[in-house]
Amino acid sequence: MKILVPVKRVIDYNAKPRLKPDGSGVDLSNVKMSLNPFDEIAVEEAVRLKEKGVAAEVIVLSVGPAKAVEVLRTALAMGADRAIHVQSDEAVEPLAVAKILKAVAGEEQPGLIILGKQAIDDDCNQTGQMLAGLMGRPQGTFASQVVVDGDSVLVTREIDGGLETVKLALPAIVTTDLRLNEPRYASLPNIMKAKSKPLATRTPADLGVDVTPRLATVKVAEPPVRGAGIKVADADALAAKLKDMGVA
Amino acid sequence: MEYDVVIVGGGPAGLSAAIRLKQQDAGIRVCVLEKGSEIGAHILSGAVVDPRALDELIPDWRERDCPLAAVPVTDNRHWFLTKNGKFSVPHWLTPGWMHNKGTYTGSLGNLCRWLAAQAEELGVEIFPGFAAAEMLYDEHGAVRGVATGDMGVGRDGQPKDDYQPGMELHARYTLFAEGARGHLTKQVIAHHALDAASQPQVYGLGLKELWDIAPHKHQPGLVIHTQGWPLSDAYGGGFLYHQADGQVALGFVVGLGYRNPHLSPFGEFQRWKQHPEIRRCLEGGKRISYGARVINEGGWQSVPKLTFPGGALVGCAAGFVNVPRIKGSHTAMKSGMLAAEAAAAALSAGRGGDALDGYEAALRSSWVAKELRMVRNVQPLIARFGAILGTALAGVEMWMRTLGMGLPYTLAHHSDRGLSRKDAARPITYPAPDGVISFDRLSSVFVSNTNHEEDQPVHLHLADPALPIDRNLPLYGEPARLYCPAGVYEVTGQEEGDPRFVINPQNCLHCKTCDIKDPAANITWVTPEGGGGPNYPNM
Amino acid sequence: MREMTVLIWVEHDNAAVKDATLATVTAATQLGEVVALVAGQGCGAVAAAAANIAGVSRVLLAEDEAYAHGLADNVAPLIAGLMADYDAFVAPATTSGKNIAPRVAALLDVMQVSEILSVEGPRTFTRPIYAGNVIATVESRDPKLVLTVRTTAFAKAAPTGGSTTVETIAGPGDAGLSSFVGAQIASSERPELTSAKVVVSGGRALKDAATFEAVILPLADKLGAGVGASRAAVDAGYVPNDYQVGQTGKIVAPEVYIAVGISGAIQHLAGMKDSKTIIAINKDEDAPIFQIADIGLVADLFEAVPDLTAKL
Repeated sequence: MKILVPVKRVIDYNAKPRLKPDGSGVDLSNVKMSLNPFDEIAVEEAVRLKEKGVAAEVIVLSVGPAKAVEVLRTALAMGADRAIHVQSDEAVEPLAVAKILKAVAGEEQPGLIILGKQAIDDDCNQTGQMLAGLMGRPQGTFASQVVVDGDSVLVTREIDGGLETVKLALPAIVTTDLRLNEPRYASLPNIMKAKSKPLATRTPADLGVDVTPRLATVKVAEPPVRGAGIKVADADALAAKLKDMGVA
Repeated sequence: MEYDVVIVGGGPAGLSAAIRLKQQDAGIRVCVLEKGSEIGAHILSGAVVDPRALDELIPDWRERDCPLAAVPVTDNRHWFLTKNGKFSVPHWLTPGWMHNKGTYTGSLGNLCRWLAAQAEELGVEIFPGFAAAEMLYDEHGAVRGVATGDMGVGRDGQPKDDYQPGMELHARYTLFAEGARGHLTKQVIAHHALDAASQPQVYGLGLKELWDIAPHKHQPGLVIHTQGWPLSDAYGGGFLYHQADGQVALGFVVGLGYRNPHLSPFGEFQRWKQHPEIRRCLEGGKRISYGARVINEGGWQSVPKLTFPGGALVGCAAGFVNVPRIKGSHTAMKSGMLAAEAAAAALSAGRGGDALDGYEAALRSSWVAKELRMVRNVQPLIARFGAILGTALAGVEMWMRTLGMGLPYTLAHHSDRGLSRKDAARPITYPAPDGVISFDRLSSVFVSNTNHEEDQPVHLHLADPALPIDRNLPLYGEPARLYCPAGVYEVTGQEEGDPRFVINPQNCLHCKTCDIKDPAANITWVTPEGGGGPNYPNM
Repeated sequence: MREMTVLIWVEHDNAAVKDATLATVTAATQLGEVVALVAGQGCGAVAAAAANIAGVSRVLLAEDEAYAHGLADNVAPLIAGLMADYDAFVAPATTSGKNIAPRVAALLDVMQVSEILSVEGPRTFTRPIYAGNVIATVESRDPKLVLTVRTTAFAKAAPTGGSTTVETIAGPGDAGLSSFVGAQIASSERPELTSAKVVVSGGRALKDAATFEAVILPLADKLGAGVGASRAAVDAGYVPNDYQVGQTGKIVAPEVYIAVGISGAIQHLAGMKDSKTIIAINKDEDAPIFQIADIGLVADLFEAVPDLTAKL
């Protein structure tokens, strides 16, 4: 079985987004960029499935500008076998990414597609679900455990208030939550090896996908600053407030 | 893993050395280790850069999208600040080489990112996120490389699930380009007694912020240096550079030789920004980043022996900062290039593991040496006579030396460590930050984007864990609370009569002040897990 | 402008309407007429309750074993099949809404707008990006809208006051792709920090692990709250790492966040500033936490917290 893992190059989770002074977007020049943390978990899960003998090959894919190759190399250093870079200098929305993935999945026929549940830049949380919808395949989102069992996969999902387990027929789409695993560090020798692993370059056009955006960003702004509220005199008054809010 | 040359540190010196090696012989196998999460992540400088070395390294750099080319320095001002006003120091008072003609102002981090791209194009292997943690010596005592640190070790020292042991990187020559007060450099200098014949190194702590300012106030190419207010217990000064994209880089350098334990370099910097002349520029703007790093201020007389069997020191690891010009990038780059040329020659002669004497000789007869000799008495004069008299004397000395008649001798340095007892020193109170122009430490650290994996051993080692409370607190009020620009050190529980010394290693900016300034040399900075530390953008 | 007809996803457990639905109704009424879809099994009572929500003009009830657990693989085709008659589909940004809505969007060839914070115009919305550090205003160019709603950003519609009819519909049923195996819903145990409605967090002022436990846990138990801590409290060893709220810990946005003995360093605020109501208890009236707290109590926490716990 092949596993396809789509990954995205995003602002590093330690870096803070800075707005362009004209409010047209976020200035990412010279800001540290990294493999999206949820995608890192997806790569780790796929590599572990390969190490367990469940998967034969792990293919990573990224849609993005030339520098997206950096995160593909990171994924290859973690243990993926080969990479596909779908080159696009413009930002590509989840719906178009899902269409690109569907086209690639048609060629590669993966048994599992594991994605991060969301990218930490646009926080959309859509691509995996959209891909599953477009392909007409089952989805197991927000996974905290993935067990492949014959021609199906058991996915334990993190849902509000607890966990639920669903059984999906393969091929299936899984999206990862934070607790699925602890991704490994890429070692120096593996980083070296990753440089010579195969990396194919494609374009949305040669996959037949129109990536024209459907959403227009009118502006971006900082969130409103929270102001100070009221002070209460004592615990009695605070207890009364909590009761008013209906939480006690 | 085997290389011809391993370079520890991806700053201007290390990257220049890497590029020069490949220019000399594309077949040389070169690797650069960088503890920051990416090249540039830990680079902090003003910066006004003299392009002399860059011109020699990559003559067509201006045509190759080098970000430094964006803003040439067009207006150079020098202010002496009083509490509410300023005197402009006329140009004719300072020698011509102080006027920043032909220099550029921009982000040294971005220059390094660009240099790294040039180096990778030439085939240099660059490994960001990997810290050189340990020296490797061969059986004859020659340096034979370094080992990277283990990853995935818990706070208790035990391996975690994601444990990844460090790697040994072997090389015929290892170049140490760690910047000021590198932790391996410190070991190498001690091991080979490289500083036996030089003056002690002295340091300044540089603090810097990057601001978006109101567009109508922005004058790209204008650089301003200040002396005077608010410093009275230390020497130092401020800078304010109008750079690209509507931004100004501003900062403050405080000589760490100060004796008053109540002094906070961070507090002085925040106070300096409130000076009407500085505040005026910042009002209506927004701070976008903050950072701190020590710089060498010892000058020529503190440069140690540069070579030892199997390796050499380059850049600020050796200390080639021209203090009155506040510039060290060009000299750092040149030293890296000279070391690379010597190493390439040695490799082509089949050598390895010996001392690169050719580098030592080349550097000591280069323009780096000439430039640093010229200004060698400036810092000690200011340190000794204070800002006003010292600067005047230093000015005279620089003019005389420019004219070939300087003081006939070289002035010595005192170590930075000494502090007065807290009761014997003038108390200093710093105004509370207003959250608009001035800020507290933690909100500053926040915009440095620093982070460290929390479950790892503390990378700030105390030789005597009891000393901060038993000795430093009663004698000096535990100065680490004040000299650390990142709030790494705290004393808690004083109210309850149960004082405890708390270290917050996650906040660390890798500036190295604590390794220098603890009066008992009780704190040793070692490298944390690779990839930790600040993530400076455009700094 | 023609008023839109909006289909909303009613979140429920086959027994009762969940509160997230009420905020969704409020958001949807800003777009147009609201039709509520109740999909499940044996959930007639839910549909009846939905019909009482103020602002709901019609309720569609689709009952099928395949919809019992809200599996997106089965309910997305149901919704997509209905959308010929609607201009917009709106779901709460809960784990179930986030699971279903994008799949619906894909079936409709629509780019979803996730976690809207406000409705700025018929096709214009604000939404958080970069973990809430940036608010983007986006406009959809698609013929239909698919939205999820950040439920704490909208007031709850009144659960009663409406009275409309319930119309039973049939859907395509089981897509044959997946099945529900089981669930472990934490009911008696403490709720998970990131999904708790109320969070009580303690700081270094709590002194030690035993004091933290003695002061914070009873209050959290009373409120059914998740328990968090500042980095200083974690570093001091009062609680394990996974309690940490903040820049390098967990990001939480509960309805109510109670910060006890936490000064409010920006690193901590980064992890909880999107909470709907922030309550701070601290003896230092200059603590930065009070600059952002909706309700502040300046008091010694060792007296105030047990007192508060007793009063609840």
